[in-house]
Amino acid sequence: MSAVLSAYDDVITRYAPVIGLETHVELGTVSKMFCGCSTSFGGEPNTQVCPVCLGLPGALPVANAGAIEATIRIGLALNCSIASWCRFARKNYFYPDMPKNFQISQYDEPLCTDGWVDVRLAGVVHRIEIERVHLEEDTGKSLHVGGATGRIHGATHSLVDFNRAGIPLVEIVTKPVAGTGAQAPEVARAYVTELRDILRTLGVSDVRMEQGSLRCDVNTSLSTVDSEVWGTRTETKNVNSLRSVERAVRSEMIRQAAVLDAGERVIQETRHFHENSGESTAGRSKEEATDYRYFPEPDLVPLAPAAEWIEQLRGTLPELPSTRRQRLQASWNLSDPEMDALANAGALDLIEATVAAGAPAEDARKWWLGDLSRRANEAGLELGELPVTPAQVAQLAGLVTAGRVNDKLARQALSGVLAGEGSPEEVVAARGLEVVSDTGALGTAVDEAIAAAPDIAAKVRGGKTAAAGALVGAVMTATRGQADARVVRELILARLTQN
Amino acid sequence: MTELTTMDAAALAVEIAAGRVSAVEVALAHLDRIAAVDDKVHAFLHIDHDGALAAARAVDERRATGEELGPLAGVPLAMKDVVVTRGLPSTSGSQILRGWIPPYDATVTRRVLDAGIVMLGKTNMDEFAMGSSTENSAYGPSHNPWDLDRIPGGSSGGSSAAVSAYEAPLGIGTDTGGSIRQPAAVTGLVGHKPTYGGVSRYGLIAFSSSLDQAGPLSRTVLDAALLHEVIGGHDPADSTSIDAPVPAVVAAARDGARADLSGLRIGVVQELSGDGYESGVLDRFSDAVRLLTELGATITEVSCPHFGYALPAYYLIAPSECSSNLARFDAVRYGLRVGDDGVRGLEEVMSLTREAGFGAEVKRRIILGTYALSSGYYDAYYGQAQKVRTLISRDFAAGFKTCDVLVSPTTPTVAFPLGARVDDPMAMYAADLCTLPASLAGTPAISVPCGLSEGLPVGLQVMAPALADDRCYRVAAAVEAAVAGRDGQPILAAAPSL
Repeated sequence: MSAVLSAYDDVITRYAPVIGLETHVELGTVSKMFCGCSTSFGGEPNTQVCPVCLGLPGALPVANAGAIEATIRIGLALNCSIASWCRFARKNYFYPDMPKNFQISQYDEPLCTDGWVDVRLAGVVHRIEIERVHLEEDTGKSLHVGGATGRIHGATHSLVDFNRAGIPLVEIVTKPVAGTGAQAPEVARAYVTELRDILRTLGVSDVRMEQGSLRCDVNTSLSTVDSEVWGTRTETKNVNSLRSVERAVRSEMIRQAAVLDAGERVIQETRHFHENSGESTAGRSKEEATDYRYFPEPDLVPLAPAAEWIEQLRGTLPELPSTRRQRLQASWNLSDPEMDALANAGALDLIEATVAAGAPAEDARKWWLGDLSRRANEAGLELGELPVTPAQVAQLAGLVTAGRVNDKLARQALSGVLAGEGSPEEVVAARGLEVVSDTGALGTAVDEAIAAAPDIAAKVRGGKTAAAGALVGAVMTATRGQADARVVRELILARLTQN
Repeated sequence: MTELTTMDAAALAVEIAAGRVSAVEVALAHLDRIAAVDDKVHAFLHIDHDGALAAARAVDERRATGEELGPLAGVPLAMKDVVVTRGLPSTSGSQILRGWIPPYDATVTRRVLDAGIVMLGKTNMDEFAMGSSTENSAYGPSHNPWDLDRIPGGSSGGSSAAVSAYEAPLGIGTDTGGSIRQPAAVTGLVGHKPTYGGVSRYGLIAFSSSLDQAGPLSRTVLDAALLHEVIGGHDPADSTSIDAPVPAVVAAARDGARADLSGLRIGVVQELSGDGYESGVLDRFSDAVRLLTELGATITEVSCPHFGYALPAYYLIAPSECSSNLARFDAVRYGLRVGDDGVRGLEEVMSLTREAGFGAEVKRRIILGTYALSSGYYDAYYGQAQKVRTLISRDFAAGFKTCDVLVSPTTPTVAFPLGARVDDPMAMYAADLCTLPASLAGTPAISVPCGLSEGLPVGLQVMAPALADDRCYRVAAAVEAAVAGRDGQPILAAAPSL
């Protein structure tokens, strides 16, 4: 392609993006969608299989009631209508990791429809409309052997693991999201983040993108800013982290802009995102739509969740992340931008737990968004992955409040905690970091400092108390920073001005 | 042929339970009979000599310890090859499953074995149950014991041939559009298609999921009822299985045998007669209706205006579902694999395998169904056929407002000669004209022999509302008794010996 890539800022002056997200969530049910096999991750290949999930001749599916309940709860949390009657459908296509060569899914009768979720970005609320939430079964997993890339191209043969086949999968599809302009990539990320938090709060999935229990396909199209017609969309698959959601939208916007700038047309296709390069490559063209020959699954009876049951599920939903954020924001007395910063940093749970462990909210916020965020960044970790617990952070804050360490010592203590030396208390004790405020112990150091600098001492005696600062510094140096500077200053002034 | 092979299942079970004959002797007698006649009949695809004797021995041992045996313990049975049997070949009459040994039992298999019934082997059938003559079997046709040059019906023709040739007193068939009733009719047997959901489909190699039902084939109505009660009832492994008690079909069969149908209202379906029906069949049907009147029933004519659309609707719905159900036969995990030379790609191996592994009729239906389900045609074909299905159900509902059961001939003709219709699919499909409506409506229907035309058996079909299978058995048993009284012997006694 001869097109020249434009810079993102240039792109958004001329083009308006429309995005859409399809998210697949593996439910955390104990057993699979249509049989009793275990859903646990990481088992030896083909050890969690039976005639049903292997699609053996004669085997029949039976729907997992727990998965249906989880899907309804997701629908309710996303403000959807729940169908009073709906059916599973067969999606027919041949693929070797799909045991029956059809997937049991839902087509024109999804379990949940027409919902919404609000995401906040820099104080602005974006309402993302949900088109549908439906339930289906996962496929097996192909392992392509013999090639350099692990992809099918160049492989000599393929192995299939059916442990994943039949794991319940919920697909959540947004309506097209227009009007977000330059913020489209961040809105996409914020939406998936919010969705992940909701799913985690519901306890329906472990939502681990790196293990594939939360998978995202990102649809992107561009049209010129003055156009009323949306452009041709592409679908980017293999987007396996929150960061990549944002990167995938951004890079696809830049790519499509370059195509359009070159006077070419965007091809409707599936693209594969590459985590390392941040770029995508073309996959299957969707210009000729695959005919999946959907029809109602005759092996399963229709789903008809009773209205009372749905209301009972609605009544027992946990506090959802948005409600919780409002509650915490009020209780911590934070401004909208402060709260957004905190939520976007993924620090909400950590701060709440730190406060619960006894720290004032302001201290907890300061530690997590300040020093700990910096260290997480340096280490390339998420905040929650740092080897320090909220209880330890609360203990550290408590040590500062009690005057037992100053800020500098507290940071040293934190380094010790992160290095695995124990709790803040233990590190302070082991490293001898505690502030020395015992006047007896400090007296000698003060006397030595005065004796060592008779000219400064004379100035102080002469009434220039500001000069005492140099003596305080000398004492702090001598005590390796462990002295309480306020106490040192009082001792010096007492010795030099009271005779 | 020993006396043991001519006894019906109920009588054999009594003899075994009383210790007057051992289950092993009974099994051996039937295995001997198979050895003697199956070269001519070709009812079986696989004979499980050792398994049958082991099962028979187990029954004898249980009896020896004083254990109470079930009502069919020790009785031999011929199992249709579409029913999955652990450790035994289950090909569904297809090349594509040659050599596949299932690692699990169908629910029907499990229930048969748990009842102490002795499974002799697996019987021939039209490939994937698609056909009315067994001529679509990849392993060659079965032959009708009444005339070895004629078809034994299909698709359960192996089971009907086995039971009518006295190779087994009981057979399991499956019925999607008539595949139990039509073979029963043309071989002089009793065959019942239960209410859809009455017998578990778990482990039946699926042809058309919304239509398939397993059911009994036997030489007497009571035997069919006894087997029905063994295999029927709710199964949590089949979500379309009905969670309700099995209708009391054995009691109904015994009640019907008293040959008194006083007060019963019977409707004769006008649309299931006329053009395309052999006069001999219609004559025997008229005789049967007269017989029913003599038994005390009141007869009325009933119109089911949409039954005429059953055949086109069926040939959209069944192929559509089969095009999806048969997609799994792709050479990846089991069965035939053709062309895997390390060079050819997956798609080519899949294509070559399906090309070589499926017969012409199966391919025809896969193509039909694939077309009917494709986008842009779905509403006109599959969608429309489902509407017809609803209309047929309404015809039944209207009929059952004024009648307890509806009756018709089971088939338009007697057994036709082998080869007569193989090149004419529409003529072959017409064999199921009378049986299709009950399949589409999911209602129960039985075929019971009611006479002979040109020396070949004719079946009477009795159709009842869903879950009223007992009515089918009651009427069939009454007809069976009355016919035997009229003719001085059961229909099957007229069959020539092999």
